[in-house]
Amino acid sequence: MSPSGAELLRQVKSQIEEVDPSEVKELIDEGVAIVDVRETEEFAAGHLPGAKHVPRSYLESRIEGVVPDRSTQIILYCASGNRSAYGARTLTEELGYEHVRSMTGGITLWKDRGYDVVVPRALSPEQRERYSRHVLIPEIGTEGQQKLLDAKVLLLGAGGLGSPTALYLAAAGVGTLGIVDDDVVDLSNLQRQVIHSTQRIGIPKVDSAEESIHALNPDVNVVKYQTRIDASNIMEIIEGYDVIVDGVDNFPTRYLLNDATVRLKIPVVSASILGFDGQLSVFKPYEGPCYRCLFREPPPAELAPSCGANGVLGVLPGTMGLLQATEVVKLVLNIGEPAIGRLLLYDALGATLTEVKVHRDPDCPICSRDPEDIGDEEMGVFPDYEAFCAAAG
Amino acid sequence: MSVVVKIPTQLRSASGGEAETVLDGATVQEVLDGLFERFEELRARISDDDGSLRRFVNVYLAGEDIRFLDGLQTPVKDGAELTILPAVAGG
Repeated sequence: MSPSGAELLRQVKSQIEEVDPSEVKELIDEGVAIVDVRETEEFAAGHLPGAKHVPRSYLESRIEGVVPDRSTQIILYCASGNRSAYGARTLTEELGYEHVRSMTGGITLWKDRGYDVVVPRALSPEQRERYSRHVLIPEIGTEGQQKLLDAKVLLLGAGGLGSPTALYLAAAGVGTLGIVDDDVVDLSNLQRQVIHSTQRIGIPKVDSAEESIHALNPDVNVVKYQTRIDASNIMEIIEGYDVIVDGVDNFPTRYLLNDATVRLKIPVVSASILGFDGQLSVFKPYEGPCYRCLFREPPPAELAPSCGANGVLGVLPGTMGLLQATEVVKLVLNIGEPAIGRLLLYDALGATLTEVKVHRDPDCPICSRDPEDIGDEEMGVFPDYEAFCAAAG
Repeated sequence: MSVVVKIPTQLRSASGGEAETVLDGATVQEVLDGLFERFEELRARISDDDGSLRRFVNVYLAGEDIRFLDGLQTPVKDGAELTILPAVAGG
């Protein structure tokens, strides 16, 4: 006759080894693998410090990913010690793990004893749904999505490059997006600046961008700076951001941004566009070159063309801005190979992507020195700076 | 040695609209001299009065900045690609 459920449990418990929570507490930092076999919602509500999560229904298929070595000491636990008892038998008898024990009384007894429980920050059900295609990618997962939600990214400019970057970073769930732009939406912007709209002509770009971002993803905290970045406000604005996206349309600001970010060691994802050509690189201070290592000085104003004066293919900032957004996500998640020390040149007419190397210049006027040695008075300054700015108007 | 020289958008007004041109030369200097002979206007956009590269223009030979090779004296191989790249600030 088949045993009753209670009888089966008694049999299983007699076949496995159990361990009291007091002993588990002592073993927690001793290289023992502690595995929580409960369901996802139970784990999310609180678990033992350092515990790995493998739901019992996935135990056979996933345990090797978590504990590859069969001689490792494993302690399984669940809510009260029953599911973990079955799990212990499976691991021992069917998968050949040599040292598996089940914690008596489960996390309920653990808590009753007053021991520590870790409550992981979990995605809300809506967030799990919204970001499900991220969570499915092993390189991102719930943990990576949480990093994106915690990230603070500053966009310099809500124009051609800033528009697509802001939209996709917002969609990706970057938690805080700072936007610096002192301009208002103009009809001539709309050929490429897709975050704005015809109805919003004349309103500040930061307000227009905020509206589009919140329509796409209300999770995002938008911090607006309706100002022009300059030497007097840059340190205050950029401090505290994890990554800065440079999409500014003039050289003085690019040099100023470079010097300030080197001083604060904030990585910059930089792109520029003109006509049918785009350039992109990541400047991570002291790990790779800075913008001044690439171009020691800007061209004189008469040779410094801008999109306003020379035109740009409307699609191009989309292409380059999304390459920037991709680099931002990689930096936040610390995955892949960011374009540090490399300059990517995109030629839209030829449909070619060329890569050139960018070296750290040992004589760089800025990043060859310690950050604290870079003085306020020299930030953003270059030879003939006054003449440049006078000519640029 | 024949080398393909790539000319970026913002310099094409000085190259009659050409995006690339093939030139002969044994060093970067010789190739650039040939380029300036063909398109005189490019000289002032790329070179300083003393013949050195302007600080806001980079020249790459097969993806490597010539300032980190032998500068203008860097020898070029047949079929190599020379990319001229001025700084751009458009956004």
